[in-house]
Amino acid sequence: MSTPAVVVDNVSKKFRVYHERNQSIKSAVMRRRLSVHDDFWALKNVSLEIPAASTFALVGDNGSGKSTLLKCLAKILYPNSGKITTHGRMAVLLEVGSGFHPELSGRENIFLNASILGMTRKEVERKFDEIVAFSGVEEFIDQPVKNYSSGMYVRLGFSVAINVDPEVLIVDEVLAVGDAAFQEKCAEKFAQFRREGRTVVVVSHSLGQLQNMSDYAAWLEHGELKEVGPADAVIEKYLDSTRAGIRTTEDGNVRWGSGEAVVDAVEVLDPQGRPYEHGVVPTGSGVVLRMQFTAHHRIEHPVFSYVIEAGDGTRLWSVESSEMGYEIDNVDGAGVLELDLPQIPLAAGEYIVGAGISDSETRQQYDYVRSAARLHVAGGAPQESGGYLSLPGRWANSPTCSVGR
Amino acid sequence: MSIVSELVDSRELVLNLVRREVKGKYKATALGQLWSLANPLTAMVIYTVVFAFIFRIQPEPGDPSGLDVFAVWLLCALLPWTFFTNVVNGGMISFVGNENLVKKVYFPRVALVVSNAIAWLYTWAIEMLVLLVVLLVLGANPLPWIPVVLVAMVFMWLFTTGISMMLSIANVYFRDTHHIMTVVLQLMFYLTPIVYPVSLVAEQSDRIGPLFGSITVLDLYQLNPIGQFVEVFRNLLYDNRWPDLSTSMACVAWGIGTFAVGYWVFKRHEKGLAEAL
Repeated sequence: MSTPAVVVDNVSKKFRVYHERNQSIKSAVMRRRLSVHDDFWALKNVSLEIPAASTFALVGDNGSGKSTLLKCLAKILYPNSGKITTHGRMAVLLEVGSGFHPELSGRENIFLNASILGMTRKEVERKFDEIVAFSGVEEFIDQPVKNYSSGMYVRLGFSVAINVDPEVLIVDEVLAVGDAAFQEKCAEKFAQFRREGRTVVVVSHSLGQLQNMSDYAAWLEHGELKEVGPADAVIEKYLDSTRAGIRTTEDGNVRWGSGEAVVDAVEVLDPQGRPYEHGVVPTGSGVVLRMQFTAHHRIEHPVFSYVIEAGDGTRLWSVESSEMGYEIDNVDGAGVLELDLPQIPLAAGEYIVGAGISDSETRQQYDYVRSAARLHVAGGAPQESGGYLSLPGRWANSPTCSVGR
Repeated sequence: MSIVSELVDSRELVLNLVRREVKGKYKATALGQLWSLANPLTAMVIYTVVFAFIFRIQPEPGDPSGLDVFAVWLLCALLPWTFFTNVVNGGMISFVGNENLVKKVYFPRVALVVSNAIAWLYTWAIEMLVLLVVLLVLGANPLPWIPVVLVAMVFMWLFTTGISMMLSIANVYFRDTHHIMTVVLQLMFYLTPIVYPVSLVAEQSDRIGPLFGSITVLDLYQLNPIGQFVEVFRNLLYDNRWPDLSTSMACVAWGIGTFAVGYWVFKRHEKGLAEAL
């Protein structure tokens, strides 16, 4: 690691959670106090270094303090203790286009907004054409921005901000502005930033995107730093934590759940309850999904569920026993449950059956097996050319229109 | 002098914000900046009718200028007063009105308050220019006094900006401030010698005699800093003479003192703004 661009040293930030806030003098005098509040620590002793010329991601659940940290970095909030040192000029993209005056033209607003972000007039003049070109609102640059579409508004704001030429750029969830073409441009601009050796600090919910673009990541949980290091590893760990009790079984199957009840096996059978020959289900025929399960203790009103996914992971179908009006009073110990599907309208191919057991309100998942069984469907006649479904259709010519046969 | 360096560093921001205020205010109106004269002119007409024709208030003619026009005499005090109220009212909502900006972007917060005060200074300057022309037409000789008037305007600006810095913060923490100030400003208007001369207060004060010790009603009355400023502007523009040294010194002290206190209060609380909004 080279010299850090930002050093966060033992930073804590406290918010007051007001039970009653006397923002008017009357209530303040009447109750003889300004407020009744609890302290809430949004950040607790967070220390980390953001290496220069790296892209640094902050991940964590909602309310984990990542936005607070970002705002502290941006000097919008001030920590109660600890210190943040930044080397180099910083630009913050928390919201774009804030400070635009609706009555002023795009041109005037560029100068205004850029100066709010700390650019000098000369710099703006130098970069003006670039900003306008990037935003793609050339034609309307002398129109008042109140006449802009919301997309144009956001693009102009973003263009100004990204052209501030910072050494450290702080971005919060703004990667999702504009249409696809504009997002492409933004992604390119970020790539260019990284190539030029600038530091980017980013918060986003799009973890896949973060994994692609970041070098390092920090994971915050309840205001505390849980993990910091190379982005791939940290984000992977964070992802894992979001599914409670996720694990990979010996046969490579993915399952999660708290384990009060478990799915032992799922079989794909024909309507008579016998296995299909070679395990191949002809399209359109009936299927019985038989689940063997064990409840480790008595569970009231459990809900059983099935999912069918295509080989590429597309969810084709899912169902819960409660939805279908099938109520189960309780289960205890081992048991078998069958779901009769009169016909399977799937095209030929390999499908995955997922099976799960949860509580009556499907809030708590006891067990979920990602690929509890495989469904191998063979094509029938007539032949259909593609897709997931088999809809045995029939062609006919209407009497008003002659079709030569 | 950290305020000076802070403002110098953010001068472009301040200028752009001033431009936003000035241009945005009358954008898309046919008369544009001319509208800024409508308010003081209406007030002038109303007060002249009510106080000069109905109540028969007769201020002393200008000495040595010899002017004896109530409307002009009124304007010399009314324009600084209007400036004061405009800055205070605009400054109070600096942060509440720009909540989004304050919560999302870092920039020197003081720039919002200062630019509001400068934007109104610009409006005031235009009004003063019109007044100057009127004074010339009526035969007064205000031209040699222009530099002194400018200096007085600077101190008035400092005083007003200081007040507005304090109130901008107060209004974030206590939203009642705005409404309290509406009442206070109305009260202040009549506690300031704008529509009547100080001499009327002096007469009543003499009639009542000292209140406690040697302190008279007039002494209390003159604690009002805006009254002092108004006196200075009237001396310079209407009478065309030097104001009393004590009055001038009071204005200088009020200007610098209020600005310093305002800035100090502002600095103490500006870090909590984003959170409190």
